This record gives sequence, structure tokens and C-alpha cells, in this order.
Amino acid sequence: MNHFFDLQYAAHILPDLARASIYTILITLVGFAIALVLGLVLAILRRSPIKAVSRTVGFVVEFIRSTPLLIQVYVLFYVLPAYGITMSALTAGTIGIALHYACYTSEVYRAGLNGVARGQWEAACALSLSPWRTYSGVILPQAVRPIIPALGNYLVAMFKDTPVLSAITVVELMQQAKNVGSETFRYLEPITLAGLFFLVISVTFAQLVRQLEFRLRLP
Amino acid sequence: MKTHADTDTTLQSESPVMEKEMKRDPVAALSETSNTNGDQPMVRFAGVTKRYGALTVLDELDLDIAPNEKVAIIGPSGSGKSTLLRVLMTLDPLTSGLIEVDGEPLTHMRKNGALVPASLAHLRRVRSKIGMVFQSFNLFPHMTALANTIEAPMQVLGLSRKEATERARELLSLVGLADKCNHYPSQLSGGQQQRVAIARALAMRPKVMLFDEVTSALDPELCGEVLNVIRRLGEEHNLTMLMVTHQMGFAREFADRVCFFSQGKIIEQGPPQQFFTSPQHERTQQFLRAVREAV
Repeated sequence: MNHFFDLQYAAHILPDLARASIYTILITLVGFAIALVLGLVLAILRRSPIKAVSRTVGFVVEFIRSTPLLIQVYVLFYVLPAYGITMSALTAGTIGIALHYACYTSEVYRAGLNGVARGQWEAACALSLSPWRTYSGVILPQAVRPIIPALGNYLVAMFKDTPVLSAITVVELMQQAKNVGSETFRYLEPITLAGLFFLVISVTFAQLVRQLEFRLRLP
Repeated sequence: MKTHADTDTTLQSESPVMEKEMKRDPVAALSETSNTNGDQPMVRFAGVTKRYGALTVLDELDLDIAPNEKVAIIGPSGSGKSTLLRVLMTLDPLTSGLIEVDGEPLTHMRKNGALVPASLAHLRRVRSKIGMVFQSFNLFPHMTALANTIEAPMQVLGLSRKEATERARELLSLVGLADKCNHYPSQLSGGQQQRVAIARALAMRPKVMLFDEVTSALDPELCGEVLNVIRRLGEEHNLTMLMVTHQMGFAREFADRVCFFSQGKIIEQGPPQQFFTSPQHERTQQFLRAVREAV
């Protein structure tokens, strides 16, 4: 068996891996979009003056953050059907990873919201802005800017966590590389290529986040 | 200018019956008196108490402020001056008592002839009659001077962008910043930021303006430009103004009435000339002496 990297074989399996990487990117983007919105909702609910709400949300966030993503996607895909809730591996995987990261992003939002000076809330109140406008027009634009790098980190981390979904049969990039390897018993090329795909896409995500951060910078 | 200084003195000391009634149940007292008095104050504090835990910051305060009256509020740190403005702006909830603005209860509303805690809509409506300028400006840093000024008129008053922009440009021009409309707060000096904050508050066309130590964060050179704007507002606009200040000279020249606060109460009040030349209360004399020595 040739133990050196076979370029011809690598070129042969490249299209399959490229297709799987697009699939992986889509899971990441959809999951992250959900995590961004849900995380914000959780962060706002955690600031609720109603203690039952803030404590319940706090407990849920801590619970999900403190348990492995693998267990959560297993529960969604293998345990819930026993209670009549069935979904495809892709749906379960996307929901699982989105929920998991929503809890992390909620903590980032919380830090951002806490970082907005009290005077800004007071100025919004003194101008009689509605609670919705206070959040959307005044507080969030200030809270989000400084947390963009942290959110960017979670985008990259989420992308790199997608191989966990292979445990529930989602054929993402890593699973595709394993499938290719198991068919030919050559793992060097598919695993190396999968690693390269992860590297290039992660660096691209990080670069895009940096550009966004630069574009939203205040004078 | 007609002031309610006399009325207040009466309310606080010469009419013990009224004072007792307010202390007993200010909500009921106001409920009975509101809208029946032809000479209605623009702002009325009735038995207002504010406590932070065991600390009483405002102690059953009664105070009437007439329409267009300019009131300077002075006193030592921690005497409750800023808290007075903060409870009026509803930034801090009252512990007890009632506040009325332009004949309407602020933190309460009338329902079936009785006063009940105000709904958010009522609170926002009555509060929009009041504008506040803060010590630390509190401009929105992600908005230009113009955007800061049009935000509330568009969102709260429902003005179109064109109308709000016209109004904002007029006001920024009034405060001498017509050429700074597109500048962000970080690109403006402290004095300029404070003038934008004044324009922003005025854009809501408030009936009452609150100034909370508006020059304290400014170096002496920049104080003048802000005080000049406030002076012009007082001369050219029909605004009721409450100003917490350490600028005794300005208070003396600008105010119709000076209220001296100590330990959450008004210890002494009166026209500035009388207040500064012949203060009656020992605590006031002590305070003014300390101020003179510091200068």
C-alpha cells in the first residue's frame, strides 16, 4: 500500500468532499442563525424582572452548556421518537447544535447588554422610547458591536463541532471523509482533505467576522 | 414671572392641615384637589418619599412648580437633589407619594374616579411632557447628532423623517451646532455633546425640562457655552425648568426660585436675591458660606 499522499486519488474524491463541505456550511449557517436569534431571546429573558422567568432561563442555559452536545443530539434523534417526536437526522442535528450554541451566545449577549452604560437605558426612558425601540434602536446596536469577535469565535467553534452530528447519521464533511475512507481503506487523503476544508472555511469565517467588526466600528 | 414660591411655603409650613393631609394620604389628597384648582402647577410633588433600603433620600416632599417657572435646586451631595429629578423622570420608582405633571398624575392614572398605578402607555404619554438633560450627556454613541435628535420625535411622536429632520436642524441650529449635524458624539467636545443632548430633549417639545448638573462633567471653559444655551431657552421659550446645579452664580441670575435641599427635604426656598443675600436657615447659611470659601 502506498503510504504517501496520492494526488490523483485526492482529486478523485475532492468533489464528494466539496459537496459534503457545502452541506456542513449550510448546517452551520442555519444553526448559527437560530443560535443568534434564540441566544438574544434567552439573554433578554434572563434580564426579566420576573424572577421565575430569569431563574428558569438561567437554569436551562446552564444545563445545556454543562452537558455534551453529543448527548443532546442523541436525545433529539434517538430518545424523542419514543415520545412520538420524530425528525430527520439533519433536522435533529441542526436543532441540537443551534440550541447548544444559543446558550453560549446568550451568555455573550448578556455580557454585551451588561456592558451598555446605565445612562443609555435612562436616556431612552427619558425620551419615552418603547421597550422594543429601546432594545432595537439604542441598546442592541451598542451591545452587539463589542461582542462580534466572541460571536465569531462561536461560529467557528460550531462549524468545527459539526462532526459530532455524524453520530446521528448526518453526512457532513467528516462523515463523508470516513465513508470514502471505509470504501477504499485509504484514510490519508480524505481525512487530510477534510482537515484542509475545515481549516480554509474556518479561516474564511474568521476573516468575514473581522471584516464585519471593522465595518461596524464607530468613528 | 409669577412663581409658586409662596404657595409652596404655605403648603409646607403655614398650612399644617394641608401638610398633614398630604402626609396621611397624598394620593387621596391629590385625587381630590386635581383639576379643581384654576391656578394649576405644572409639576406637583405630593408627599413624595424615596428610600433606598434604610436610607431615606426624599422625605415626604411637597413641592409645586408653576408653568414657566425656573427653579434651581441646590444642596450638598446626597441631599436628594438628583433623586428629585430622577423620580420625576420615572427613572427611579417612588416609595410613596404622588407626582402630577400638567394636571395629570404621572405614576398613577384615574380609573373610575380613583387613582390606580399607571399603565406603561399612560406613563410614556405623561412622561413625554418632560425632557431631561443628564450630567454625562448620555447621547447614543452610534448615532450622529442629527440621528440622536430625530430618534424620539419619529419613534414616539410619529413624525415623518422629513418633519423630524427639519425640527432637529432648527434645534441644532438653536444650540449653535448647525454644522455638526453629521458628527458622532465621539467627534464632539463635551460642551457640544451637552448642547446636542439639550436639542435632543427639546425635539420632543416638552413642557418641563430637567437639567441634572449639566455642567459638572465639563471644564470651566465649556460650561459657559452650555449655560448660554440654557439662558437663551429660558428667555425665548415657555418652558418650566428644574435645574440641579452647583453653579451658584447661574442659579442666582437665571432662576425664579431657589430650593435648598438637605437630607431629602427642602430646608429653605425663595427668590434668588433673597435666598443668597439673607438666608434664614442655619444649614443654608453654613452651605453658602462653604461655597464662598471654596471659590
